[in-house]
Amino acid sequence: MDKITFDQLQEELYHEKLPNGLDVYILPKKSFNKTYATFTTKYGSVDNTFIPFGKQDYVTVPDGIAHFLEHKLFEKEDGDVFQQFSQQGASANAFTSFTRTAYLFSSTAEVEKNLETLIDFVQSPYFSEKTVEKEKGIIGQEITMYDDNPDWRLYFGLIGSLYHHHPVKIDIAGTIESISHITKDLLYECYHTFYHPSNMLLFVVGPVDPDQIMNQVKENQAKKNYKDMPEIKRKFEEEPDSVAEKKTVLPMNVQTSKCMLGIKGIHIQQYGEEMLKNELSMNILLELLFGKSSENYNQLYNEGLVDDTFSFDYTQEQGFGFAMVGGDTSDPDQLAERLETILLDAKNSLAFTEEQLERTKKKKIGAFLRAINSPEYIANQFTRYTFNEMNLFDVVPCLEKITLNDIQKLAQEVIAEERIAICQVIPQNK
Amino acid sequence: MEAAVEKIIQMQGYKLHVIKTDKFKTNTIVWRMKAPLTKEDVTKRALLPHVLQSNTANHPTTAGLRSYLDDLYGATLFVDLAKKGEYHIMSFYVEMANEKFLSDPTPLLKKGLELLSEILTNPNVKGNGFDPQTVEMEKRTLKQRIQSIYDDKMRYSNARLIEEMCKDEPYALQVNGNAEDVDAITPENLYEYYQKAFAEDELDLYVIGDVNEAEVKSILSGLLQFADRTPKKITVGEYQRDSDVKEIKEQQNVKQGKLNIGYRTNIVYGDPDYFALQVFNGIFGGFSHSKLFINVREKASLAYYAASRLESHKGIMMVMSGIDNKNYDQAVGIIKDQLEAMKKGDFTDQEFEQTKAVIQNQILETVDTARGLLEILYHNVVAGTKIDVETWLQEMQKTTREEIIEVANKIKMDTIYFLTGMEAGN
Repeated sequence: MDKITFDQLQEELYHEKLPNGLDVYILPKKSFNKTYATFTTKYGSVDNTFIPFGKQDYVTVPDGIAHFLEHKLFEKEDGDVFQQFSQQGASANAFTSFTRTAYLFSSTAEVEKNLETLIDFVQSPYFSEKTVEKEKGIIGQEITMYDDNPDWRLYFGLIGSLYHHHPVKIDIAGTIESISHITKDLLYECYHTFYHPSNMLLFVVGPVDPDQIMNQVKENQAKKNYKDMPEIKRKFEEEPDSVAEKKTVLPMNVQTSKCMLGIKGIHIQQYGEEMLKNELSMNILLELLFGKSSENYNQLYNEGLVDDTFSFDYTQEQGFGFAMVGGDTSDPDQLAERLETILLDAKNSLAFTEEQLERTKKKKIGAFLRAINSPEYIANQFTRYTFNEMNLFDVVPCLEKITLNDIQKLAQEVIAEERIAICQVIPQNK
Repeated sequence: MEAAVEKIIQMQGYKLHVIKTDKFKTNTIVWRMKAPLTKEDVTKRALLPHVLQSNTANHPTTAGLRSYLDDLYGATLFVDLAKKGEYHIMSFYVEMANEKFLSDPTPLLKKGLELLSEILTNPNVKGNGFDPQTVEMEKRTLKQRIQSIYDDKMRYSNARLIEEMCKDEPYALQVNGNAEDVDAITPENLYEYYQKAFAEDELDLYVIGDVNEAEVKSILSGLLQFADRTPKKITVGEYQRDSDVKEIKEQQNVKQGKLNIGYRTNIVYGDPDYFALQVFNGIFGGFSHSKLFINVREKASLAYYAASRLESHKGIMMVMSGIDNKNYDQAVGIIKDQLEAMKKGDFTDQEFEQTKAVIQNQILETVDTARGLLEILYHNVVAGTKIDVETWLQEMQKTTREEIIEVANKIKMDTIYFLTGMEAGN
């Protein structure tokens, strides 16, 4: 077991790669009550075209299947694993993102038992036609719930405008139509392809003894006969640099309009340190342009074009990336135009000072410390970083190295009219 | 188990609560102001904290104030409003890095407290009122905030339920006030209200983190001083609907129907059977092993969510679920059956024990976050009680089956609200 110490943060991280390929990380947090554990596979909604385990040819599976699988994994022949966790005083949950499916529990007692339950339930699938059919009703309601949510529609509407082909544009839960094609056999096919330990990561954070946890996990895995797994083959269609739709308008049952501008990311094939630098630089650029202390934000706010729902964010994973800026607005067209002008002006003449950059870095460092108060953040983000060959605890040193030149160069590369799209939600009676 | 120790110190005009813990990389400061919820004041109170946090006499622009916060390693500043029973609470939150995790030794806690004091006591005043431009902008944003409820159907249907159920009670007031009362607010009358609130509200300051109590006290005694006061107390009355259950259906263009049901428990924080009520709620609808989740979602496949929630200071319980319009009768029937089952004591020892274990877990997890800990401790201010986290857990564990059944029999369904789609199936 390796031990990595982060002096300034006063944290220690333990790691071992087990013989079957499973990565196990443990971060002790002595003064916490709660232990939080995530068991994550590098498999999400974008992984819809791949060669199934033991087969020769690529298949494309129904939209929403990774999320469906996540729901169904909780059900076993003798009942529901949720029940077992709560009998052991734990609360369990799971989520599916574009690139990951994570199963998790948190508990303040019986940590060993709960950890055993977590690993075992994820590693023993039980799907039947009957329970698959029943789940379609529940997930159908989850999908309709999101259909009525304007922020969700805006988010996926914008991704749909940015991307021509990439499956990131597909709603994670799929549609009622697409999930109707899901069968138990398809679930097993996805499971056997993506749930091998060598494609997974276990993270445990809390008041635990690292040696004891590591031994428990090793013993558990040694009992299971995993064969070596060939590399997983995924396929993605070629994606143009430019956006698919310049502007998308969604009339909905709302009173307030919303407008979000998206920028299609660049350098999306990066891994590791380069990716970390690109991601952090993008975040700094957005903060400088649109942060609460920025001139732009204050001008837009004072004019009444934005309110306190205004936000911005950057997402990057293997093969896709996008920045989003916007929120509720009294005038969606005017806001779209202003945001685009701010960006295009910044491309040509980014006029920020060293002082502003230093201030933004300080803000990011404080935000990082605040974030790592949370065991959930540490486990989920560490996993995400590791899947992209980055290290969460490199954030502060990497931030410190970024220069104004880096930001200027990135602005010139990433900002371009053909990489920008707009999505708006407007009241339907207008 | 580590339950937090809360040290309460009477300061000039307010109470200081210091919770020392080395769990966090940051220190959290929260200022709370509590007053009775009234139609007259609610909208001004909804506006006031937003005006105060926009700028101050020394940082007269928002951009300037926000730059200063960024310089303090991204200290966060935000405000919010809450309804707890029939009290209206304004909160100001400042959180900053603990400098021991930084290479730069700037005393951030001291600067954070000074900034909070500046925001509370040194606002950007012009003549006899607040800066008019700031008030104008924040009025506009407040109107948008009030309107935005309409676009979030879950929040909207919950708010509509409360509005219908508590029609003639102060609790029906919205936490962000009334849109039609915003226009009448002026920089002058808001400033007048500001002075009144600081003279009359019950004031509490929480400092949570790896801090030194004596140091906090000494910084504060030079910063914040207010007149003595006797905070106004409210007793929430017992409400019981004389007539049958009130049923409201509203049509809108939504794909999923939102079912919200309100109940009177008439049990509030500090009552002897409050802990039994917590366990009742856990078995009934609080968790994924609860009767509502199992029967509405897992067995009948009607919903993605079906849960119940307590309002601890008003004595009400709310059930919420998102269903297809055509399944209204079936869902209401199942929900009614679950309460009947609880009244008859139709729950297993396993459900009972499991619920206690999960509540215990939930509370212990909650106190692992500064915000969660604050919310648990603040119940004591609202209810005028002194229940620490450990006592809370002990009392909850001591509850018996009989007490749960007794509580179940006190609970009365009051109002059913259903937001239904255009092609309603019933």
